[in-house]
Amino acid sequence: MSRPLLKPLLILALASLAAMVLSVGTGSVSVAPGQVLAVLLGEGSNLEQTLVLELRLPRTLSAFATGGLLAVAGALMQVLLRNPLADPYVLGLSGGAAVGALLAMLAGLGGLIVSGSAFAGALLATLMVFGLAHGTGSWTPSRLLLTGVVVAAGWGAVITLMLAISPAQRLPGMLYWLMGDVSYARSPWPALGLLFLVCLLVLPLGRSLNVLARGPMQAAALGVAVRPLEWTIYILASLLTATAVTMAGSIGFVGLVVPHMLRLVLGNDQRLILPACALAGGTLLVLADTLARVVIAPEQLPVGVITALLGVPTFLYLLYRSR
Amino acid sequence: MNPLRAKELVIDIPGRGDGQPLNFSVEPGQMWGVLGPNGAGKTTLLHTLAGLRVPRHGAVHLGEQSLTELRRRRISQHLGLVFQERQDGFPATVLETALIGRHPWLSPWQMESGDDERLARQALEQLDVGHLSDRLVNTLSGGERQRVAIATVLTQAPDIWLLDEPSNHLDLHHQVSVLELLTDQARGGRSVFMCLHDLNLAARWCDHLLLLYPNGDVCWGPAERMLVPTALERLYGQKLITVEADGAPVFVPVRS
Repeated sequence: MSRPLLKPLLILALASLAAMVLSVGTGSVSVAPGQVLAVLLGEGSNLEQTLVLELRLPRTLSAFATGGLLAVAGALMQVLLRNPLADPYVLGLSGGAAVGALLAMLAGLGGLIVSGSAFAGALLATLMVFGLAHGTGSWTPSRLLLTGVVVAAGWGAVITLMLAISPAQRLPGMLYWLMGDVSYARSPWPALGLLFLVCLLVLPLGRSLNVLARGPMQAAALGVAVRPLEWTIYILASLLTATAVTMAGSIGFVGLVVPHMLRLVLGNDQRLILPACALAGGTLLVLADTLARVVIAPEQLPVGVITALLGVPTFLYLLYRSR
Repeated sequence: MNPLRAKELVIDIPGRGDGQPLNFSVEPGQMWGVLGPNGAGKTTLLHTLAGLRVPRHGAVHLGEQSLTELRRRRISQHLGLVFQERQDGFPATVLETALIGRHPWLSPWQMESGDDERLARQALEQLDVGHLSDRLVNTLSGGERQRVAIATVLTQAPDIWLLDEPSNHLDLHHQVSVLELLTDQARGGRSVFMCLHDLNLAARWCDHLLLLYPNGDVCWGPAERMLVPTALERLYGQKLITVEADGAPVFVPVRS
C-alpha cells in the first residue's frame, strides 16, 4: 500500500509556513510577506530585523511548538484510550500543571522554577488520572473521562483558592498563565526539538499504534507487545503535554480538535496522522495567536480563549454524535 | 508447521476449582471443535491457548517452546485469532482492517507493499466481502463484519487458527463456506481450533472435539468418540434426539 503519505504532509507544511509568515508580519507595524522572507534570509532594515527576528518570530515559533505538542499528545492519548474525546485539557492534565505553576508564582518564584513546577504538576496529574481510572481493571473510556473531569474540577477549586489568597500584584500574571498565553514563552527551540524527535520516534511505532487502536487483545494477537507500547505512549503524551503547558499555560482543546479534523480527512493511519497533527496543531495555534493579537489591538486576548471558542463546540458535537 | 500443545493446562476462571488439567495436542491437518454451555470457559480457553491470558497451572507449547518464552510477534506469525467481540473505536475501511493481518510480517519501518494489499484483497474476495473493500467497517452488518474478521486472519496466514464462534452472525450459506474454507486450511497442513455453539456444525466439520463442562470437567478426542448423546445431554443439560443425515449425526433438542 504505497499510500501517498507525503502529499498531505507537504500541503500542511506549506500551510504552516504561510501561517508563520502571516503571523510574523501581523501586528502594530505590519511587514509584507515578501519582506518577512527577506528578513529571514538576513536582509531588511535594522528595525525590521529586530521586530521580526527578536520580537515576533520567537513568539510565533512558540505558538507553533505548543500547538503541535498538544495536538500530538491528544492524538496519542486518543489511541491509548481508543476514544476520540481524550485530550490533555479534558483529562485534567493542564489543571495539574496550572496548580504547579501557580504554586511557584505564589511563592514569588519565577522563570525556570515556574516551568519546572508546572512540569511536575502535569506529570502528577497524569499519574493521578490514569492511576485512578485504571484501578484494577483496564482503562475504560467512560471511567477515564469521568475521572479526568472530576479531577479537573478539583484542580479548578485549588486554583480558585490560590487566586483568592494571592497578593494582588501577582494576579495578572497568574490569570494570563491560566488562560493560556504564548507571549511569556522563552526559547521555542527545546519544544520544537522535542516535537520533531517525537514525530520521528512514532514513525516506526505507527503501524503498531494502528493495531492498538483496535483494542489491546486484538493488538496482542497480531504481535504487538501491548504493555510496553502503552507505557511508551503514555509517557510520551505526558511529556508532550507537560512541555506544552509549561511553555504557554493551559491552552485547551487543540489536542481534541486537530486530530479529529485530520482523521475526518486523512483516515486513521497514525504514521500520517501524528506528523500531520504536529503541523496542523502548530498552524492552528499560530493563527489563533495572530487572531488573539489583532482582535482588540492594541490589547491582546489570551490565545486559550480563542481555542476554547473553537474547541467547546467541537467537543459537544463529538459527544452528541457518539451518544 | 508446529503443533499446539496444552500441557497440564488449567485455565483460570475465577471462583471455579481446577477441574481436570488439559493435555492435548492440536496437530497440523486437524480441525478441533470446543463445545460447552455458556460460561463454561470456551473463550478463556481459547485466549489462554493464544497466550493472551495466563493459565492457573501448566503451559501452552508451540512446537517445542512454551508460549511464555516466545515474543508476541513470533507467536503471531504462527497463531491467528478470530475474536468473538471486536472494538472499533475509530472508523476504518474493510481493506485497512484486513491489512492489519500483515502486521506480524512487517518490520517497524516497512510500509505495506503491493503484495500485502494483494493478499488482503484475495482474502476479502474469498470471504465474499471483496466488494465492500472501501466501506467503513462500522457500517457493515454483523455477518459482514464477522467475515472481515476472518479475512483479516486469512491475510495473517497463520499455521494455527484459533476461532471464537466463527459462525456467529453468519447466514447458513456463509456458515458453510467459512467452515469449508477452514477445512481447506486444515487440508493444506494448517490446524484449526474453534469454539462452536452449534453442535451440528461441529459434528459435521470437526475431526476432534473437546467438551468443556461448567464445573471444569473436560474430555477430548476424535469426534466420533465424543459425539455420545448421553455426554452431550449432560454437557448442555438438554435432552437430545439423534438422527442421521448425509452420513453425519444430527442432534435435535427435545421440546419440553
